Amino acid sequence: MVVLDPRELIIYDRLRSVNRKIAILSPKGGVGKTLISLALALSLSLKNRRVGFLDLDLTNPTAHIALGVNVKDLKPKEEKGLIPPEIKGIKFMSIAYYNLDEPLPLRGHEIVNVIKELLAITIWGDLDYLIIDTPPGLSDEVLSVLKYFKEVETLLVTTPSPLALRSVERLIKMLIDAKIKILGIVENMVLEGSRSNLIASRYGLRVLSYIPYISNLDHWLGDAEKFVKSPLMEYVNTLRSYIDRG
Amino acid sequence: MHEWALAEAIIKYVEAISKEHKAKKVAKLVLRLGVLQSIDKDILKFSLYELAKLKGIVIDELVFEDEEVSLRCRSCGYRWPFNINTLSEDVREALHFIPEVIHSYIKCPRCGSRDFEVVSGRGVAIKEVVLSGGS
Repeated sequence: MVVLDPRELIIYDRLRSVNRKIAILSPKGGVGKTLISLALALSLSLKNRRVGFLDLDLTNPTAHIALGVNVKDLKPKEEKGLIPPEIKGIKFMSIAYYNLDEPLPLRGHEIVNVIKELLAITIWGDLDYLIIDTPPGLSDEVLSVLKYFKEVETLLVTTPSPLALRSVERLIKMLIDAKIKILGIVENMVLEGSRSNLIASRYGLRVLSYIPYISNLDHWLGDAEKFVKSPLMEYVNTLRSYIDRG
Repeated sequence: MHEWALAEAIIKYVEAISKEHKAKKVAKLVLRLGVLQSIDKDILKFSLYELAKLKGIVIDELVFEDEEVSLRCRSCGYRWPFNINTLSEDVREALHFIPEVIHSYIKCPRCGSRDFEVVSGRGVAIKEVVLSGGS
């Protein structure tokens, strides 16, 4: 018996009213994807762009912690689907509303199921930007982003570490082969001189931002009002103006 | 009314297959509903008929089949039937939207692992579409 999954058909309709979909990617963990994603989303929102944020780090969502979103009390609104609540002007969607910070171990096919479910039932409405934060690795979450988000643009994050640089180079090769648009590279936690420009020039890409190591960044986390005043924002604002120029 | 979003997906499929076969109507539509997701059948039925009307689709017979929840531990192999009524209302609502969050609330009763498989009872699926008056 063939049983059909109707969700895939509706996903493209749900995302049709989103103008630009930007996925923040890095195969290496701990390079700052989540905070850069959030800062970019907030920076765009502060420029009156209509912004959505999707935390696709399903087994370890943390974006809500950085913004101080109370996932126990705040929930998406049910109205012919799920309408994400707005946090500082951003329509913020995360699985954390449903797993309530309990452990959530998922196998690959379950991750794909959650992504299909989230994309099928989330009603974003008209957006200028949907910023998608992803977990490290080149596995189900990243592959699903490339599959379901038509015309997705990617922003790659690395640190000067040789391990992160080698990882991002593998990602670049994969994206180029799949003809996925790469907006550029963000080199984060820079202490002395850039190391990513060599890789960028090798593949005809640009390093869009060099963000220094900000030692007290944790101090700015836990409250969206506080986070927008963090030193990270000034670097990401420059990144935002480049991206927002189109 | 998250059922409306699911109904939209189902009707989109039914519309595509009806067009493909140039069918005049749907004689029978059989949907399999995983009990884990606590779908409200009345709301789903209402949403399906409303959306079908908007698309000019006639559905003669709509059948819902429940699929009970069965879980199997990947760690120790234990298999058990699961009664979602043992969960609190909040948790049932979470599973209603994202069934996979069951891993946050349930452990294998034999070994305590959260690495178990939902063998049956998850999600909404189209089991059968019978078209009539088409090619």
